[in-house]
Amino acid sequence: MKMHLDEKIWLTISFGIIMGFMLITGYQAFALEMGPPSNMETIDPQKVDQTAPYDNPGVKKMGDNEYEVVMTLQAFGFNPNNIEIPAGAKVTFIMTSKDVVHGFEVAGTNINAMVMPGHIQKITQTFDKPGNYLVICNEYCGAGHQLMSTTITVK
Amino acid sequence: MEADLKAGFKDKTNKMLGYHPEDAKLSKSYIAVAFMALLVGGFLGLIQGLNRAGLLELPTWFNYYQVLTAHGLLLILVLTAFFTIGYFYAALSHNLGGILPKVRRLAWTGFYVKLVGFVLAVIPILMNEASVMYTFYPPMAAHPVFYIGLALIVVGVWLCCIGAFIQVANWRKNHKGQHVPILSYFATGVFVLLFFALMFVAVEVLFMIIPWVFGWVDTINVMVARTLFWAFGHTLVNIWYLTAVSAWYVVVPKIIGGKRWSDLLTRVVVIALVIMNITGGFHHQIIDPGINAVVKFMHVFMSLAIGFPSLMTAFALFAVFERTARRKGGKGLIGWWKKMPWGDVRFLAPFIAMLSFIPAGAGGIAQSTNQLDQVVHNTMWIVGHFHLTLGMSVVMTFFGISYWLVPFISNRVLTPQINRLGVIQTWIWTVGMIFMAGAMHYVGLLGSPRRTSYTTYGDHATALGWDPYLMCLAVGGTLLIIGVILQVYAVFNLMFFAPKGETEFPIAEEEDNATKTPYITERWGIWIVVMIIVVAMAYVIPLTEFIVNAPPGSPPFKTW
Repeated sequence: MKMHLDEKIWLTISFGIIMGFMLITGYQAFALEMGPPSNMETIDPQKVDQTAPYDNPGVKKMGDNEYEVVMTLQAFGFNPNNIEIPAGAKVTFIMTSKDVVHGFEVAGTNINAMVMPGHIQKITQTFDKPGNYLVICNEYCGAGHQLMSTTITVK
Repeated sequence: MEADLKAGFKDKTNKMLGYHPEDAKLSKSYIAVAFMALLVGGFLGLIQGLNRAGLLELPTWFNYYQVLTAHGLLLILVLTAFFTIGYFYAALSHNLGGILPKVRRLAWTGFYVKLVGFVLAVIPILMNEASVMYTFYPPMAAHPVFYIGLALIVVGVWLCCIGAFIQVANWRKNHKGQHVPILSYFATGVFVLLFFALMFVAVEVLFMIIPWVFGWVDTINVMVARTLFWAFGHTLVNIWYLTAVSAWYVVVPKIIGGKRWSDLLTRVVVIALVIMNITGGFHHQIIDPGINAVVKFMHVFMSLAIGFPSLMTAFALFAVFERTARRKGGKGLIGWWKKMPWGDVRFLAPFIAMLSFIPAGAGGIAQSTNQLDQVVHNTMWIVGHFHLTLGMSVVMTFFGISYWLVPFISNRVLTPQINRLGVIQTWIWTVGMIFMAGAMHYVGLLGSPRRTSYTTYGDHATALGWDPYLMCLAVGGTLLIIGVILQVYAVFNLMFFAPKGETEFPIAEEEDNATKTPYITERWGIWIVVMIIVVAMAYVIPLTEFIVNAPPGSPPFKTW
């Protein structure tokens, strides 16, 4: 194909931009372990209440400044509600849905994950700044979707 | 005798202009439905925007989520499908010497099947039996009639795709070794893409959702259904985009008195968009569980790949502006600026549409990248993004097209008054979209969610901080409804009341010294096979994973 020099330059830059996005994304995902939440475990969505540890959701201290939050989501709430954790703690949220698809988003942070019935989702975050964080469901889940929220208090 | 002669003469001029009355009637019907959908869907959008800003309380018998479901259905399914088919059938008729009678019958059958399907889908929405949105969201289960309606819409669109394939195949048989005229080439690409993308949603609706909502099976595989949906859902929005692009490459150069950019490059862009499009849908699932990080990374590449032909397009279009301006005596780096017909709505609307694709496309690249998507996933940012891409880049181009297409199919002319109205409409729409989509992008970055009715989350300080932006959104939405009303008025005026006369179907010529396009661009068989291979690369691994390692499925839920 006969191509103008400017066009060749432009196409090279375009290709470069896309490759740049790829390289940075790959580096972050694999080298820095900042990949998106992608846990692979499954569960029977109709037996969440009978399956450990989801029969007993709550905040668990795992080690020095390390916490696990086992959480179930259902229309229209999070269990446990109103979580409290100390500042600087590394928290892993382990979640599943008891009914439809929900979202788990902590406003003002990068925590954002889909929670599917039948699947267990995990996402980890270190909360450095104290404050009261708003947690919302960001995937439409029914008539009370706009009410589905809770808070995380970091002290 | 004289009357006969006159009729014969009229017939001849019509043929010369490539105008076929019966095909025009078909396109006119499609376009009329599209703009009626715009009117109703636009009003529903306004209601949503006002509710979201806390300015309007909705009654329980017509709540936010019903409004949202109907808004999505009207604008994403009806407006798009009807406009695209009306426009491309007009192009096929004009380019290929008239639509074959059997093809016309198929398109009419498709028209009525879609209308029936649409009515069937709307009834349960109005009865609040189907507040599941355009994305269906299994395991939420709507009334079975809703899904039957959707299935009929799919069948209707398929009939139009098949019609277009027959039409093009027939032309090729009679014009061996020639290239299909460029707009019909775009039409072929669009219909190929529609045909295959619809397969995914058809499988989801026919083999998964319908047996499940009728109770023939107890549970549904949520991840499989979701993946099939997005393979279709994202392709659909890119089908609009490809439709708009066809006007940028072919129509806009003619309107500004220029020539088309490289025919080969244009056809390569069409092929690239057809091959790489379907796999782009997966980036809607970047933060889903059940898909490992390696597969997601591969999909980042598959989504971003679509950016490449778009960047090629950006170059080609501005190159056309520059060349045209230089021919007319424009000088300097942006001399083209002064030489463009700014007062001509047929140019102004698609031009602003192209400009808006710069931020819109950049937002798209951000969203299909793992970590960046995680910041904005399911927030208002996404809504801002597709109002910028679809509401501005695509729909404004459609508006621009309507100012010559509607007169063409109605045997009327665009009057200076309507042109002026169109220019005003274009600016109102632009300002409205900047306000609305701008506010949506920003408030999304702050965390405000999409698809959520008015709420302050118990007066949480974070949520209260979003309010000023939501107000901005409502202001934008109000301007947009004024734009919708002006636009719909212009379309129906041009269709039924404008002065009679002949309007040209603007198709730009190639450059004089253009390189010859190799015939391989016509081998759709090859490109479809390549497309299937790419789709298989993208979907075989995750779908197998979802099916082989499937958790027990989900029963239907009605949570509204």
